[in-house]
Amino acid sequence: MSSKTQILDFIRGRYPQAEIDESQDIFALGFVNSLFAMELVMFVEKTFGVTIPNEELRIDNFRTADAMSALVSRLSSDLAVA
Amino acid sequence: MTVTTERPGALPVKPARGRIKCIVWDLDNTLWNGVLLEDGDVTVRPAVVERIHELDRKGVLHSVASKNDRDAALAKLRELGLEEMFLHPQINWNAKSDSIKVIAKALNLGLDAFAFVDDQEFERAEVAHQVPEVTCVDILELDEALARPEFRPRFVTDESAQRRAMYQGQIARDELEQEFVGTSEEFLAGLGMTFTIAPARREDLQRAEELTVRTNQLNSTGRTYSYDELDALRESPDHLLLVASLTDKFGSYGKIGLALVEKGADSWRLCMMLMSCRVMSRGVGMVLLNHILRLAAGAGAAVRADFVETGRNRMMQITYAFAGFREVSRDGANVVLEADLDAVQPPPAYVKLEIAE
Repeated sequence: MSSKTQILDFIRGRYPQAEIDESQDIFALGFVNSLFAMELVMFVEKTFGVTIPNEELRIDNFRTADAMSALVSRLSSDLAVA
Repeated sequence: MTVTTERPGALPVKPARGRIKCIVWDLDNTLWNGVLLEDGDVTVRPAVVERIHELDRKGVLHSVASKNDRDAALAKLRELGLEEMFLHPQINWNAKSDSIKVIAKALNLGLDAFAFVDDQEFERAEVAHQVPEVTCVDILELDEALARPEFRPRFVTDESAQRRAMYQGQIARDELEQEFVGTSEEFLAGLGMTFTIAPARREDLQRAEELTVRTNQLNSTGRTYSYDELDALRESPDHLLLVASLTDKFGSYGKIGLALVEKGADSWRLCMMLMSCRVMSRGVGMVLLNHILRLAAGAGAAVRADFVETGRNRMMQITYAFAGFREVSRDGANVVLEADLDAVQPPPAYVKLEIAE
């Protein structure tokens, strides 16, 4: 399963009533509260074994499943290089 | 709430004053004269009951660890009008050290925050051996013990007397949450939460000071402020000192948030914001932040926030990031963040927001 699919499944699991695709801005939908934000960060870190550095903790990196998946690839390749 | 885990063998290093947050009482020949199951009738010790009420008003919690018949003992406590004084009473035949561990877990307090009062040396010795962090007290020495600093709370505020009720509200919420089927969003909606934001009043300052001292995880700068500093800031025309509180259908969570803003003409500086971890799982961390952003947008000012990375406050960093803040400068762990005022989010649908002037 791609990271994008896993992220989408996580969001859909929490908000089953909404139809969300990979390019949809979840903030614009009004879904994100501080609790969900925290869970989203924890989910991404745990599922993909990455640590999101503080400079990457930006709303734009989490707006869509696409953006989160790109963040994960970026962080994983950093890991591979290191 | 944080659980304090002491390393084995290490003694508590926290200041002694007010360390005891919960007292666990034996019943037979401690709370009352006699042995319930043998004597049938027992007489309560009024002096002990008086101490319990007194400490309850100061915000110290109480529980029970008694080897007894649960139904009979609870019935007796009810008859004495004392049942509601005790949170998570453990009335069973297990070791009392186990009972205390169960209570500590349920209340989410470290074992060093507990005292245990019993007339029997055997029970005190068992607890002292198994959980050395717990302060054991012989009922015969109760008054001497209670005069010690660790039994005198550091902060006695208007909220202290409500502490037990707040825990009882939490017990009811937890029960509801366990039984709840549905999304966490639906659960939160069912709580009927009201989030109130008001300028700090003088009577809020003790609790505000307590929040700055106690809160680390959800604190943007980790700075503490004294009562006098807060009082001066409250009166200052260039500052905004806001206090947030939260209630739901189970009662009040008390005052759970504090924010300090320095108002410049073109730019506001958010010097400090903190939220009590009592409300960590309630999804309200951004409500106060977004309120400040709306106020600033209304005043035509930008918002910059001081943030100090303490390692423990990442949760707060996430909150700022997801409210649209970006880093604009950094000096080691000291960061300045700036808000995007075009993207201020409304409060979540499950919270009613009330703004007091």
